[in-house]
Amino acid sequence: MSNTAFTIQNLRFSYPGAEDMPDTPVFDGLNLTIEEGSFVAVVGHNGCGKSTLAKLLNAVLLPCGGSVIAYGMDTKDEKLLLAIRKRVGMVFQNPDNQIVSNVVEEDVAFAPENLGVEPAEIRKRVDDALRRVGMYEYRNHAPHLLSGGQKQRIAIAGVLAMQPKCIVLDEPTAMLDPQGRKEVLETIERLCRESGMTVVLITHHMDEAIRADRVIVMTSGKVIADGKPGEVFSRVELLRENRLTAPDTAQLLYELNREGYSLALDALSPEACAQTLAKAFKV
Amino acid sequence: MLKDITLGQYFPGDTALHRLDPRTKTILVIVYIVALFLAVSYVSYAVLLAALAAAIAVSKVRPKVLLKSLKPILILMVLTAVLNLFYTRGTDVLVSFWIITITREGLENAVFMLLRIAMLILGTFLLTYTTSPISLTDGLERLLRPLKKIRVPVHELSMMMCIALRFIPTLLEETDKIISAQKARGADFETGNLIRRAKALIPILVPLFISSFRRADELATAMECRCYHGGEGRTKMKELRYARADAIAFALGGALLAVTIVLRTMGL
Ligand SMILES: Nc1ncnc2c1ncn2[C@@H]1O[C@H](COP(=O)(O)OP(=O)(O)OP(=O)(O)O)[C@@H](O)[C@H]1O
Ligand SMILES: [Mg+2]
Repeated sequence: MSNTAFTIQNLRFSYPGAEDMPDTPVFDGLNLTIEEGSFVAVVGHNGCGKSTLAKLLNAVLLPCGGSVIAYGMDTKDEKLLLAIRKRVGMVFQNPDNQIVSNVVEEDVAFAPENLGVEPAEIRKRVDDALRRVGMYEYRNHAPHLLSGGQKQRIAIAGVLAMQPKCIVLDEPTAMLDPQGRKEVLETIERLCRESGMTVVLITHHMDEAIRADRVIVMTSGKVIADGKPGEVFSRVELLRENRLTAPDTAQLLYELNREGYSLALDALSPEACAQTLAKAFKV
Repeated sequence: MLKDITLGQYFPGDTALHRLDPRTKTILVIVYIVALFLAVSYVSYAVLLAALAAAIAVSKVRPKVLLKSLKPILILMVLTAVLNLFYTRGTDVLVSFWIITITREGLENAVFMLLRIAMLILGTFLLTYTTSPISLTDGLERLLRPLKKIRVPVHELSMMMCIALRFIPTLLEETDKIISAQKARGADFETGNLIRRAKALIPILVPLFISSFRRADELATAMECRCYHGGEGRTKMKELRYARADAIAFALGGALLAVTIVLRTMGL
């Protein structure tokens, strides 16, 4: 059942540099596989190549060397371009810059229209996508009058209308207030848990990453840690060396351990952390 | 302040005018403009004004909002009217002093000009207020489709227009923010002569342009990600179809045009 969604082999990539400037590679031999149906969070400091990786996944950028295979299709094959993009949807940071229409439902219809889907089927997909992100009531609104979180949910609906197998989100909550972040995260989690969609969430917020099944930590184009959130975030020192901060809960437990306690570091949610602490301090 | 500019904005609604096919509305606006230029008398202007008022009433767009849209071109309107007032040669002199003579014809011309511009603007704005940009561009795309044969990139043009309309409110909001930011840094937009004021605009326009290019770049990527690949093989969720209401609208438009022409031949 667990097929691979993405297979990245020996990936090399660099942006074309300015004249007489050597291109500094963003990736130099990256290997990675992502399972179908999993919720993967990618974290790493600024400029480590997260956005570049996302764009390589759906053939917006093409590898300079090695290969990216998305659902069995090589992204370098030009004939498969639409087939790949249809399966791998992408949501970006700024909701304003990815909404094309002045009416919510017409924006959501944009992708299926591009794919040449029958009008009646588009209607069905649009209504369905809007219901799944909880924005059906707003289908006739103008997007610029909505809140950031609502706009981002519209952007997600716009991707869902393509009926993708995977959705890649590049810092979708970076420009949102706490309320908007919560809305968007709950939507993403629901998509993965209920519809079995593969979710790749790129984020700077560690408390978002702890919701994932798997966390990948990157530094300058390399994966330095990869595993369940509990495993990855308990390596507080490794994260600190790489200018990343573990979630507050992991840090608290880590600091307590330095004071002489020996607590398990993998209690990441505030609830689990509280339980760990309560148990430890009862004696 | 800038947010008050309502150029090209759409007010969602569900009135008969909203539901009309965009092609019908576009053609009717053109018919209306033609009729306006054929009108020569108070009677024909009254008829056209009544038609406009009826359309506005049906659309349920608040008249205040519509009138506001006249504000940006108020100067142009007044200027045209004044020029007409003074420069029309007439025989029936009303007032005459120094080098200025105002004739009845001049006054009439001025009033007509004022009415004509105002009605033209209101009619066109009513179209954009009651038609979503996408269906408006859809309609234009369909109307202009024959031009594809002579290699006019009809789909690309309509897409461009659609995106331009979509980003007007976003960019206005951004301009407001930039103005506040520059004011906070001590920029002065209100005093000084024309050249100084024009120069004061540079710190607004430069960041606005830079951010627009960044937005355009991001939007292009997002559109690609959503499988946009030009107009080839594209379908529409809302296919354009003429309905009974469109037939009625065309009949009304035709009647209006006919009445105007008849009035004109009667010299009214
Ligand atoms: N269009 C581009 N042209 C040239 N270089 C680029 C371009 N986009 C990114 N880079 C460079 O590639 C590297 C990786 O950038 P990328 O945007 O993938 O990082 P990121 O991990 O997404 O960072 P952030 O957390 O800031 O979003 C950076 O060093 C960046 O300067
Ligand atoms: Mg990035």
